[in-house]
Amino acid sequence: MVQNLQKLCSMMTEKIFLQIINSLRAEATEEVSLDSPEREPILSSEPSPAVTPVTPTTLIAPRIESKSLSAPVIFDRSREEIEEEANGDVFDIEIGVSDPEKVGDGMNAYMAYRVTTKTSLSMFSKSEFSVKRRFSDFLGLHSKLASKYLHVGYIVPPAPEKSIVGMTKVKVGKEDSSSTEFVEKRRAALERYLQRTVKHPTLLQDPDLRQFLESSELPRAVNTQALSGAGILRMVNKAADAVNKMTIKMNESDAWFEEKQQQFENLDQQLRKLHASVEALVCHRKELSANTAAFAKSAAMLGNSEDHTALSRALSQLAEVEEKIDQLHQEQAFADFYMFSELLSDYIRLIAAVKGVFDHRMKCWQKWEDAQITLLKKRETEAKMMVANKPDKIQQAKNEIREWEAKVQQGERDFEQISKTIRKEVGRFEKERVKDFKTVIIKYLESLVQTQQQLIKYWEAFLPEAKAIA
Amino acid sequence: MRDTSVSRLLLKAINVDLQSDAALQVDISDALSERDKVKFTVHTKSSLPNFKQNEFSVVRQHEEFIWLHDSFIENEDYAGYIIPPAPPRPDFDASREKLQKLGEGEGSMTKEEFTKMKQELEAEYLAIFKKTVAMHEVFLCRVAAHPILRKDLNFHVFLEYNQDLSVRGKNKKEKLEDFFKNMVKSADGVIVSGVKDVDDFFEHERTFLLEYHNRVKDASAKSDRMTRSHKSAADDYNRIGSSLYALGTQDSTDICKFFLKVSELFDKTRKIEARVSADEDLKLSDLLKYYLRESQAAKDLLYRRSRSLVDYENANKALDKARAKNKDVLQAETSQQLCCQKFEKISESAKQELIDFKTRRVAAFRKNLVELAELELKHAKGNLQLLQNCLAVLNGDT
Repeated sequence: MVQNLQKLCSMMTEKIFLQIINSLRAEATEEVSLDSPEREPILSSEPSPAVTPVTPTTLIAPRIESKSLSAPVIFDRSREEIEEEANGDVFDIEIGVSDPEKVGDGMNAYMAYRVTTKTSLSMFSKSEFSVKRRFSDFLGLHSKLASKYLHVGYIVPPAPEKSIVGMTKVKVGKEDSSSTEFVEKRRAALERYLQRTVKHPTLLQDPDLRQFLESSELPRAVNTQALSGAGILRMVNKAADAVNKMTIKMNESDAWFEEKQQQFENLDQQLRKLHASVEALVCHRKELSANTAAFAKSAAMLGNSEDHTALSRALSQLAEVEEKIDQLHQEQAFADFYMFSELLSDYIRLIAAVKGVFDHRMKCWQKWEDAQITLLKKRETEAKMMVANKPDKIQQAKNEIREWEAKVQQGERDFEQISKTIRKEVGRFEKERVKDFKTVIIKYLESLVQTQQQLIKYWEAFLPEAKAIA
Repeated sequence: MRDTSVSRLLLKAINVDLQSDAALQVDISDALSERDKVKFTVHTKSSLPNFKQNEFSVVRQHEEFIWLHDSFIENEDYAGYIIPPAPPRPDFDASREKLQKLGEGEGSMTKEEFTKMKQELEAEYLAIFKKTVAMHEVFLCRVAAHPILRKDLNFHVFLEYNQDLSVRGKNKKEKLEDFFKNMVKSADGVIVSGVKDVDDFFEHERTFLLEYHNRVKDASAKSDRMTRSHKSAADDYNRIGSSLYALGTQDSTDICKFFLKVSELFDKTRKIEARVSADEDLKLSDLLKYYLRESQAAKDLLYRRSRSLVDYENANKALDKARAKNKDVLQAETSQQLCCQKFEKISESAKQELIDFKTRRVAAFRKNLVELAELELKHAKGNLQLLQNCLAVLNGDT
């Protein structure tokens, strides 16, 4: 892998680099925009900031007591579900991300989130504890987990995306509704990210994850910054990957993998389409809410100027009803987004991770292939040396053959291991996906039910008022 | 496209108290939409001796309605009445454009999506069509119900004359003339409205109408926007339903059934949401739009009255001057008499017209608000039922 990368780097001049990036735009930018650590906005490098107790910009109630206007809890685990787990462990762990607090000032400021863990698992020293983490800490965690587990076939849940615009507004101190929304969106996304990660039996065992959840001090993850060496390396990596993918032609001996890849491809497309429609719905519902509010005001004015008393009163009542309905629409738009839309975008990114894992298997196969080819060449060399009768060269050739035989064996073992892991992972992923979708969609439908029930209440109250117009 | 069942919804919404008696009953029994015009079949039933038969029909186009309306406006004898507002021009441009765009984009969507969208747009077209028919009918019914206007000769010709009235639409020159006329009128209106009225009733009405008209305008615009947002959201449900269906048919896990059920739900709930939007449009937006036009007609009446008052006062001044100079006194006297008569005639009928206007308005609002509330309730309950049924099925499965 490193060899390939170095070759690529030396081959590419800046110009070609950019050309490839552009031509891979269809693939690369979509992946870049939805994959977590690869989206690199420009952060300033900063010394560790002074944590002055700043009044938090928003106080959102902690996850456990969910009020109507914060993103819903979607991962309640019942006892039965937990005991279903394949390896029989009792997975009793609940994660909450809450209390976003602005730390520092100006462009060096950042949001700190409280990460609370409740668990009865013995690997943790306490049953309930919380720490303060910032966004780059989450990215750092993902980066570590990805580098350890992705290439052996584990589907590591992707971290939430970075966003320059959103974060800048918060830093600059704009305390308007859009930055509050942004912070809440991020908080909910971070929570879902952690919950998915701890659900993974293998990842849960990882010491880095434990350290993230438990230790009060965490070394700053510097590699998540945009223009750092690591950042650029990642970008080049991505380009190299894309180029490689186009050139690897694998002899797929196992139809299962081909089938699955196709399925995920289809699923990806469908989810994107659905996501676009749901985003449009969120947008239109917000518009509807604003227009309803405007109409309510206008109806109130009309009621004021109406000189027939009873009609005037009825119009004012209508204005009140419409105002309440506007509130309803806002809340529904909220639900539309946090339940439905975010579920879809999470899964679009998860599928990208799944695709990544399949790609790693391909690369693994390539490595095995390459080893086999090299072994063959070494055998040829040995034969040539035998003919030319050069005893010291023959010994060297024999050594190399032994070396490459071992590599071929290792390559085959790795390939089989990753294939096995992927099968298990995909099975687990599919089960989780089904559960996730069912739970969230049912919750979403329940939100729709609530809206209709409220509507009925409001109009039932208005009807007698309208009838009273004499 | 033919619409043989005239939408009586809007008609009933506006013409609450119109006495449709046996003497004269008018309706639009049929309508045909051709490329760029709509042909209305105006059907009359009358026991009046003026007509050759008791029941007859003619075909009229929009321009002929406008001609009739304008003839009322230009008739001095009707200066003291609220002239029923002219129906708006049938406008299918937007709808046609959308249908065309759909046709062009046929290749880029699935067959189900295309069929769905086509049905939707056709329904939209039909709705606009029904509305325009209803608005033309409302105009005729208002005229037929008015004790004086119903006797108008032009109206009878409009109802009975079998042939084309050869009323062409205004050409550019005439439209320009109209434009200037309107400008002069509004400028004059400003001057005339500065004259304070001795009569309390009319002074109150003027203040009231001015403010009311502006606020109805605002409310009408805002209601329109609200209705349109509602429709957009309903359209989104449509697309979501389609996507879920696609997911349901392609997925390999047991979540297929789930997706298909939810897709079905979205399709059904979308129909309800579209109906909500349509009903709000009908009961609220259209009501406000109509009273926007009627309140303008009432304002016009007040303007005519004020104009005649100013003329009367000017005639008085001229008479005084003539008497002082002792020149053309008889002429001035006749002129002053005429102005006086005109002013008093207008004032008398105007008072009644404005009182009737209020009665009609209150009744129409009451009816529509009640119906709006009832329909909203009906739809919300329907929606709730759908959702609860679906949830019961989904929860039962999982």
